[in-house]
Amino acid sequence: MAQIGSFALLLALACSAYCVVAGIVAIVRKREFAVPLAETARRAGIATFALVFLAALILVLAAFENDFSIAYIFHHSNRDLPAPYKFATLWSGQEGSLLFWSLLLSAYGLVLRLRYKTDVRLFAGASVVIAVVQLFFLLLLTFAARPFALIQGSLPADGNGLNPLLQYPEMVIHPPMLYLGYVGFTVPFAFGLGALAMRYPGERWIHITRRWTMVTWGFLTCGIFLGAHWAYSVLGWGGYWGWDPVENASLMPWLTGTAFLHSVMMQEKRGMLKMWNIWLVFATFWLAILGTFLTRSGIISSVHAFAQSSIGDWFAWFLAITLIAFVVFFLRNKSQLRSDHTLESLVSRESSFLFNNLLFVLLCFTVLWGTWFPKISELVQGNKVTVGAPFYNRVAIPVALLLLILTAVGPLLAWRKTSLESLQRNFLWPAIGAIVVGVFLMITPQSWGSPFGLKPWQDISYFYSLMAIALSVLVTLTVASEFYRGGRVIAKHALQPLFPSMVQLMHRNTRRYGGYVVHFGVVVVIIGFAGAAFNQDTEQEMGYGDKMSIGPYTLVCRSYTEDDAANYASQWAVLDVYKSGKQVDTMTPERRFYKASRQTSTMPDIRSNLDEDLYLVFEGLNPANGHPILKAHLNPLVMWIWIGVWIMLIGTVLALIPNARALVRVPVPARLGPAHAEPAVAGD
Amino acid sequence: MLRRRHLLSKLGVRGCNTVQVAALSAAAFLLLGAGNPATRFSEIGHQMMCICGCNQILLECNHVGCPASDGMRTELMASLTRGDSDSLVEQSFVQKYGPTVLADPTRDGFDRAAYIVPSVALILGFSLIVLVIRAWKNHPAPAVANGQRPLYGAVLEQFRAQVRKETNL
Repeated sequence: MAQIGSFALLLALACSAYCVVAGIVAIVRKREFAVPLAETARRAGIATFALVFLAALILVLAAFENDFSIAYIFHHSNRDLPAPYKFATLWSGQEGSLLFWSLLLSAYGLVLRLRYKTDVRLFAGASVVIAVVQLFFLLLLTFAARPFALIQGSLPADGNGLNPLLQYPEMVIHPPMLYLGYVGFTVPFAFGLGALAMRYPGERWIHITRRWTMVTWGFLTCGIFLGAHWAYSVLGWGGYWGWDPVENASLMPWLTGTAFLHSVMMQEKRGMLKMWNIWLVFATFWLAILGTFLTRSGIISSVHAFAQSSIGDWFAWFLAITLIAFVVFFLRNKSQLRSDHTLESLVSRESSFLFNNLLFVLLCFTVLWGTWFPKISELVQGNKVTVGAPFYNRVAIPVALLLLILTAVGPLLAWRKTSLESLQRNFLWPAIGAIVVGVFLMITPQSWGSPFGLKPWQDISYFYSLMAIALSVLVTLTVASEFYRGGRVIAKHALQPLFPSMVQLMHRNTRRYGGYVVHFGVVVVIIGFAGAAFNQDTEQEMGYGDKMSIGPYTLVCRSYTEDDAANYASQWAVLDVYKSGKQVDTMTPERRFYKASRQTSTMPDIRSNLDEDLYLVFEGLNPANGHPILKAHLNPLVMWIWIGVWIMLIGTVLALIPNARALVRVPVPARLGPAHAEPAVAGD
Repeated sequence: MLRRRHLLSKLGVRGCNTVQVAALSAAAFLLLGAGNPATRFSEIGHQMMCICGCNQILLECNHVGCPASDGMRTELMASLTRGDSDSLVEQSFVQKYGPTVLADPTRDGFDRAAYIVPSVALILGFSLIVLVIRAWKNHPAPAVANGQRPLYGAVLEQFRAQVRKETNL
């Protein structure tokens, strides 16, 4: 089987190389053989997908058949590993995850090559760029990180098993989502670079990649938050985001990708920011590759990183080559990227997008700077420093709050120019609402629980929380007012109730109103983050009947015991949870010892509700008396984060739905002249 | 100085005392709890890293039998109970465990660059955008393909007002 897998990868490498060479020749040499040559390149690209798929299938089958002659399967699987995790073996190690990356890239390439009739020339250019990236990954798989390398010596009876931290249901879907996001940004980059290299006129590539970008962004968002939820549910330190370099690596392309999703609207609607957009899409792709370099080179220490290996050099070279190639194409063809219009006013949608982009890029730069600063410090002053959560909280939170202000103001601004009078009119009530909520949070008693009784002068984190919640209210009210005002216009003209009018409004411009739903999801997530200022924790040894108190809860240890399963042995405690003297739950935090890998892992028990999470960790046994040591965390508002993510994803899906045809038409007076006689449509 | 005298003469002695009392009360209120060892333990413990290699904040390290965190926590509590200042505690930890024990860069030497660079980038970015917007605003209107001139100024405002009125927005 291993030989078939290796051979499939070798053939895929050849097909990919052919796709690149034939594709370039077909584009450059516009002779009669160019069309059939381009067609062979396209088919070679499709064949690449089939071959990489075959290789991935063989690796998964090898995991299910416990073929420990393959070193990768020996290192990342074992006989008693449950079936879903055997499937996840594909992306649980270095070689497999690179194969998985290659598979996803070839799948995106397949879709692109099947839809080539949309715009044959532009798709041919994008296909070549994708094939170049594919070629790089296949070179890695063939020469540097071979997934089908065989074990030397005698065949082992069982494998080392999957890393215990990865034996969690979310880990079966988190990496694919993240990779779909990372790899997906190759597509808009490929179209952008293809259009730039071919001096392809107009905004065609932007229109084609709009949905790709949104889908990719949705996957990346989903992947990042699945990772956060996994960290929260498995790592047992009570948090969901630790500003680890690998977490940062996923955040950076998300930030530039989000900036691109906003600024691309300026190019579509006004023909502006063409240079900026091409740089943003390149930066997003490049940062996704940089993230992979970070995780695999061992250049920056991280708890998530794969083992240090030589493939870091491959990535470094690839990053350098792509940067140089992009800069060369940009300098040669930048005359193609001149803006069609200029900005007319500081108070306009365009300028809000400019500032929004600045803040997203600045946040990305801050994260990049913080991630690399230990290395830079080592180079400059000879000693490493740590750049942990306190740094990012200090530097990134104020920028994020500024972004939140723009999220509130942006939708109220019109394209080209907004009168201060109309801004004031639209902004007044949301601002009053936000101030009222802020004051209410400050004057209410703390006994109401978090986040009530907030005293922002006591601690900077309380100040940030108060600002985050008040600004979230501001954004929510501006979004609601947008729906209300648009819905009211339709309701008036269609003589129907307000709510169906608002639904109709949304259906008429799904991208805009889906975007607002995403904004609402973001503020719900932000409210969840704001709860972190009020986190509490306590640790205690718990014998039979011992009590531990945290916040409004009292925990009583009813029992502690051990168990033995095929894959792991476990120790766990049974705790009765009381609130206001009444038993509300029984919780069982657990600690597992995985036999194959001989590693331990915590399985925290989490009691979630809208107010707070009670998070219990079984830390181990006191060797002196055998009593369990338990750590309890009280984390307010965490559930809001996961709810907010769902809202963001629903908003993304809504934004992808095609617009409905307008039922209500507002005729424009004839005096505007025949050239302007297009009917104006509410909601557009 | 002159400004301060002017302010004091305006307030009078009684007003001045009131201001001083208010300032002292505010300072006392703000510093309330700052000397509490438990509060300081939590604050400083969250500004340090466990050095066992787990890359976690000292007070968040959750390894039972961790070779480092228990000892470091005991050491931190002992320093605070002794009455050591925050900077003294940090210095002693840095001397013993190296600079990576601090969870974020200090404000000394090259470490300051960690904070300065993002702030400078923010200021430069904002300035650049304002300059771009100004340049664009002063830029002549681009030519339109069919020879029509885009609407500007009062005429454009008139049409905008009309659209707002007709769509009730």
